[in-house]
Amino acid sequence: MKRWYQAGFWLPVAIMLAWGAAVWAGGEDAAREKAFTLIMFVGLASSLNILLGYTGYVSFGHIVFFGLGGYMGFYLMAVCAWSLPLAALAGGVVSALIAGLLGLAVLRLRGAYFALATIGVNEAARSFVSNFEPFGGSTGMSLNFSVYQQYGGAGKALWLTFALMVAVTASAVLVSAMIKNSRFGLGLLAIREDEDAAMVMGVRTPRAKTIAYMASAFFPGVIGTLYFFKNGNVEPGDAFQLHMSIELLVMVMLGGQGTVLGPLLGAVTYQGMRGYMLTSPLFKDLHLAVAGAVLLLIVLFVPAGLVGWLRGYFPKLRRALE
Amino acid sequence: MMLEVKAVGKRFGGLQALKGVTFMLAEGEILGLIGPNGAGKTTLFNTINGVFRPDTGRIIFRGEDLTGQPPWEAAKRGMARTYQVVRPLNELSVLENVIAGACFGRHALSVRKAAVVAAEVLEMLGLSKQTCQPAGSLNVAEKKRLELARGLAARPYLLLLDEVLAGLNPSEISGMVDIILKIRDSGITILMIEHVMQAVMKVSDRLIVLDDGELIAEGRPSEITNNPVVVRAYLGDPRDAERLMAGGRA
Amino acid sequence: MRILISLLDGLLIGFVYGLSAMGLSLIWGVMKVINLSHGAVMALGMFFSYAAISRFHPGLALPAVAVFGMLLGLLIYGVAVHRVISAPHLSSLLATFAVNMIIIGVGTAVFSTSPRNIDYSAGTMVLGDIRLPGTRLLAAGASILVTAVLYYFLYRTRSGKAIRAVANNRMAAGLMGISPTRSLALSFSIGTGLAALAGGLVATMFPFTILSGSTYEVKSFVICVLGGLGNPLGALLGGLILGGIEGVVPTFMPVSWVPVLEFGLFILVLVLRPGGLLGEK
Repeated sequence: MKRWYQAGFWLPVAIMLAWGAAVWAGGEDAAREKAFTLIMFVGLASSLNILLGYTGYVSFGHIVFFGLGGYMGFYLMAVCAWSLPLAALAGGVVSALIAGLLGLAVLRLRGAYFALATIGVNEAARSFVSNFEPFGGSTGMSLNFSVYQQYGGAGKALWLTFALMVAVTASAVLVSAMIKNSRFGLGLLAIREDEDAAMVMGVRTPRAKTIAYMASAFFPGVIGTLYFFKNGNVEPGDAFQLHMSIELLVMVMLGGQGTVLGPLLGAVTYQGMRGYMLTSPLFKDLHLAVAGAVLLLIVLFVPAGLVGWLRGYFPKLRRALE
Repeated sequence: MMLEVKAVGKRFGGLQALKGVTFMLAEGEILGLIGPNGAGKTTLFNTINGVFRPDTGRIIFRGEDLTGQPPWEAAKRGMARTYQVVRPLNELSVLENVIAGACFGRHALSVRKAAVVAAEVLEMLGLSKQTCQPAGSLNVAEKKRLELARGLAARPYLLLLDEVLAGLNPSEISGMVDIILKIRDSGITILMIEHVMQAVMKVSDRLIVLDDGELIAEGRPSEITNNPVVVRAYLGDPRDAERLMAGGRA
Repeated sequence: MRILISLLDGLLIGFVYGLSAMGLSLIWGVMKVINLSHGAVMALGMFFSYAAISRFHPGLALPAVAVFGMLLGLLIYGVAVHRVISAPHLSSLLATFAVNMIIIGVGTAVFSTSPRNIDYSAGTMVLGDIRLPGTRLLAAGASILVTAVLYYFLYRTRSGKAIRAVANNRMAAGLMGISPTRSLALSFSIGTGLAALAGGLVATMFPFTILSGSTYEVKSFVICVLGGLGNPLGALLGGLILGGIEGVVPTFMPVSWVPVLEFGLFILVLVLRPGGLLGEK
């Protein structure tokens, strides 16, 4: 269990903030765009890690909270003229509440059944939203360009969105670290290792799981709102991509599930690989296949992911690599 | 009265696993629960600590009716339990396992305070050298001690031990028996399921015998060993044995 | 009357859905692995049958598709699944998903995403007002036949019984002299064979791309849960239910609501009767 001043605790958060600050100071649009996507995935992966890495519940449809929260936040901005920070927060809160409700039903399932249920939930959400007129049905919604004027023009709006993204991801990483080193987190880890034994030990498993689920849903909700604000529009096809959900899973596994640094490393590495392959003429068409091959190798041979591998190779750095 | 089990019955589909089991457990006692395989001993444990809800009867723990409450309610009121097939939290370290036991037990301790309790308990059980190892890497005897440590760290009033001596060699058994006696001397009441007869006879103040879901005998170890009902439950009808020996059919 | 026709149509397709779900169900039932490459295998089955039917008679092409699927399954088992068969579920989920990514990735590169269509017609059966396409009848018939063969195999042959033993208790079966690996590999390949065959049949009915498998994969999950994971007959039943819903619902609701109903039903069954309507095996 680490204290807040120990390296393993503050290092990941510090990295996020430093990264954000560096890009901000540089003022370059291209760097910002690249960083935006990367940081977004770090935030999403970190949130999934709370459910997957700490509690041991495999969710294949985690992206549903990105979509639902994003839709809600977008609606508040486009139709109710809310400001971005408030709408994003609302998106997160709504996501968390939906997770709480959903959890009553699906958290009673275990293992593979839970995984399947999450896929079902994502697909159901997508189909539902496609039919839901207030959210624009299958065409979705778009933002009037004038909305960006509220923030001093499109350029400033993009920088604001970037700053908020850094803030929310840093928060996600911080919360992840706090959970991992808390009594609550220990309860989650116990659930992961042996849910029945955890119950007998005294962990109130339904409550713990629900809180974890809600926490893991909050951040994607905020992130989704920011993402769709930047995009200018939102539609069912973009908001509930099962594919993206699975990529998050890969990132968490690649980096090392159940660690704070893992999702960070995993997201950056995966996106880096993907970016490289998309631009390389040799791998352009095969990036999915190569990603699959990498995932397979990790699952078969390095299940502890990058963080696990690094800890094995550099035992002295163990305290920092958490 | 630490524990009162009143007319507890439990059925699984077609099988009546427990039939009207009634007994009491006084504070500071070591009560041994013995019986042939399949008698329902572990099922009884499971109803006592809330894993199963009994179909009939009541479980009263320290005056409070806990019947059918989920397991964490029992844990929070001071009932700890070990498993026959040990269930360590494999990927967590030995220390973290015991800290977990302390955090969620009778006192809702903070991690820091729990760590202190955990260190004490691990010391008492001779696992201080292995604190940073993953729990999954211990050998069987060590895992049993870890399971016990986790239970003790919860500072329980009542400890339910399910075949804690199974799989141990004689010297390990003797060591574990000493530990059990020390635990009782520290004020904890113990209900233990056991098959290792000499040990349970030596350690228990009283015994209860379960056969086919029913409580067939109750009393001091010396009384139980000579009880024909008990002998028959374990060995079958002695008259059948005689007949077989005489060359006839049973 | 129209509803009856739609229902019948849906049921016929439902047989094929059931066939595809059976493969998934079998693999789950025997080794507790959810084969996330199921859809990709189906898609490959579609392509294989496209290539085969244009050259050979369907009576030859379709069994060939099944064999292809089985060989593919052996390969996937050996490379990806075997090592993680005793690991926590997450590992096998991710391993099969990785295989899925690889197949789809390579497939997209090789086949591109333009739809293919098999121009095969088996005539139409006319019963009064009802017109049933021959391909659907054939597909339904093939599904029923294969189900029967599968049951015969599992309950009457030695290898089949070995598989059921391993499904029941892997370690005990091993101690009895049954090679678990052999049975596991065999059941996995049967599962993929069924998936490929189902894909091949679907290809005769609708246009397809390398990505078409994923829709059927998700449907297969729903069906397996409806019918009970591990229960092949349940898979068939689940397929019929799903097919029936898809046939009947569009007659009185906009078709875009069908997925919502399907997933609603899916979640309902998962929560209320996780063992499925027929129970797990």
